[in-house]
Amino acid sequence: MNQELAEILAPYKGRRGSLIPILQAVQARLGYLPEEAVVQIARFLGTPESEIYGVLTFYAQFRTSPVGRNLVTVCRGTACHVRGGARILEEVARRLGIKEGETSPDLEYSLETVACLGCCALAPTMVINSEVHGQMTTKEAAALFSDIEGEGQG
Amino acid sequence: MKHLEDSGHVNSRGTVFVCEGTGCISSKSDQVRAGLEGEIARLGLAEAFKVKPTGCHGFCQQGPIVHVEPEGIFYTHVRPEDVREISESHLRDGKPVERLFYRDQVTGTPIPYHRDIEFYKKQQRLVLHNCGNVDPEDIDDYSTSGGYEAVRKALLEMTPEQVIEEIKHSGLRGRGGAGFPTGLKWEFCRKAPGEEKYMICNADEGDPGAFMDRSILEADPHSVVEGMTIAAYAIGATMGYIYARAEYPLAIRRLRIALRQAQQYGLLGNSILGSGFDFDIELKEGAGAFVCGEETALMASIEGKRGMPRPRPPFPAQSGLWGKPTNINNVKTLATIPVVIRQGAEAFARIGTAQSKGTAIFALTGKVANNGLVEVPMGTTLSTIIYEIGGGIPDGKRFKAVQTGGPSGGCLPAELLDLPVDYETLTQAGSIMGSGGMIVVDEDTCIVDFARFFLTFTQAESCGKCAPCRVGTRKMLDILERITRGGGQEGDIDKLQQLAETVRDGSLCALGGTAPNPVLTTLRYFRSEYEEHIRNQRCPALACKDLVSYYILADKCQGCMICLRNCPVGAIRGDKRLVHVIDQSKCTHCGTCLDVCPPKFGAVTKVSGEDIEVPHDPIPVKSSK
Repeated sequence: MNQELAEILAPYKGRRGSLIPILQAVQARLGYLPEEAVVQIARFLGTPESEIYGVLTFYAQFRTSPVGRNLVTVCRGTACHVRGGARILEEVARRLGIKEGETSPDLEYSLETVACLGCCALAPTMVINSEVHGQMTTKEAAALFSDIEGEGQG
Repeated sequence: MKHLEDSGHVNSRGTVFVCEGTGCISSKSDQVRAGLEGEIARLGLAEAFKVKPTGCHGFCQQGPIVHVEPEGIFYTHVRPEDVREISESHLRDGKPVERLFYRDQVTGTPIPYHRDIEFYKKQQRLVLHNCGNVDPEDIDDYSTSGGYEAVRKALLEMTPEQVIEEIKHSGLRGRGGAGFPTGLKWEFCRKAPGEEKYMICNADEGDPGAFMDRSILEADPHSVVEGMTIAAYAIGATMGYIYARAEYPLAIRRLRIALRQAQQYGLLGNSILGSGFDFDIELKEGAGAFVCGEETALMASIEGKRGMPRPRPPFPAQSGLWGKPTNINNVKTLATIPVVIRQGAEAFARIGTAQSKGTAIFALTGKVANNGLVEVPMGTTLSTIIYEIGGGIPDGKRFKAVQTGGPSGGCLPAELLDLPVDYETLTQAGSIMGSGGMIVVDEDTCIVDFARFFLTFTQAESCGKCAPCRVGTRKMLDILERITRGGGQEGDIDKLQQLAETVRDGSLCALGGTAPNPVLTTLRYFRSEYEEHIRNQRCPALACKDLVSYYILADKCQGCMICLRNCPVGAIRGDKRLVHVIDQSKCTHCGTCLDVCPPKFGAVTKVSGEDIEVPHDPIPVKSSK
């Protein structure tokens, strides 16, 4: 079937406990886990598709729909909460015009949250495309997206 | 500065350490390092000074951190544009850059040496001693500071049984939270019948607010590899797994490097150091499920299944990964093992309290002046940690509570600040040691909302296997949400108490068993705050959005239009030189107006449970001047 997928799967042949690493590898390449990929993984492992869905929906890391070109992850950890993380999330959501867990229709931005980034001493924090931004204020958070149309100031 | 020049160390050769932990890199410490290397070369100082990247110091709030040894000068908040001044003034001319010194959080005095900083002075960095001082990507650097001596001693001079005895004597207990004696755990696995055994390092640090495992993995990954190898030798495992959180990409990258280097040096693989003992480690990335910190769930996840806990017995020591005897230890526990073996059980056991030996590592965060990783002897009081090391509560606010142990822990009030912290005292107080998160909150945090916050987390992370946890946490969360929205009812407190006890007693694993702790402890110590919400729809901390209102004070508003322009929902009316008025029916309580109102006016006020007399329509501002 799909050659690209077959290449990703090949090194896992005969290795036990490889479902999660496979899902991670496929998602790393494709950005998400489309249905066709799940079908092919199921055949490769000889495991029912339902079981694969059971696993992939259990873990927060896996997505079944495409992610935006820019991934914004706002930390909801305790230290961030105490230092105003909820307001950062609100501000970012307002700027991007999408809610937590959503992707903008033009696939430019996805907004996610994470339970904790482990950068608690820099709370509140967020990550934009794997770059960590610490000690955020709503103003600074807004400024990071100031180029987005619609909202004037920033 | 005079004493610095007198000390005579300033011009001596040295090493410039640049922290490259996740926190410092986020403030461009990688550029700082590259800049320093360039400047040192440009100034012809390459012979005199070496630049060394390190992992996380745990003092990320002050990052990027640069320190110059052996003199001990400690720079904070170093930016790429500061590099030239450090190189020319300090490294070349011997005049350290005072403006980059750490400033005492209370007095504001600049402090040049790290040894004089209160945050470090009161700590005993036994396990974290390498963090910030060795290059985590260089195995030779780790060896130079005593690394892999313990594995040499254990594998070549001790039998597995002797290793277990030593760990038992040290009194070391599991640092993942439960505090089970490590030596005993190893012994169970050693004695379990079977040829094939597994050693697992639990690096799935999921507790929001805890980041010591990340710091250790980023700063000193070899200590974990060394600890694991010793543990594997003791129990008789030939294969090991590190189950690390995918949210920590830098830690994973450094672990991979460490594993490769250890394999190249013959410290992993066949017949390690010629001892005849074979052991290798594979890294497994978690996929984002808090419950996988639970050992049986973690093993299910390594096997490629949904990470759901199962009943114990059989314990992992009898039937663990792939049904084989398995031993699981936390990152901190394993990083402590080389210290115990190197220094001996007795030296280790001299530190700490009667039942809790050694040091404890806390991630001190929240509303405290010094945020960071704190390693202190077990038995140190909360007030020492929060006030002496942490520098107290900033901005003139009042201490309200300290939350220990993450979502499984509890909230302790000011009356308990003198509590010496160890496994037993925290449990008696209704909290737990847990993974060592310690979050300080001040008067601005609402205790009911804080309990709701934790429940939101545990409810979402409940794997769904046990009904009391799956349904009970949902029901508790519903009640807490209702209370914080002003819909609290008489009887809610009793209902919460009942549900909490049911969830605690009826759940299989520690997630459900401890999820009610934040609610139970806040009910125990802060009951009146719940009552205030329920009976008077008032949030004393002014934190619950639905229970607060914003007003613009007529005698202070200068009609400057700033709040009006910034209000995201257009709820403010007014004009130039007219007092602005908030339409309470449109207001979403976001607080933007309060944030943007110039401090010199201070015209926006936030209240809960009271109405403020303000004009209904914009009126001309009082001519104050």
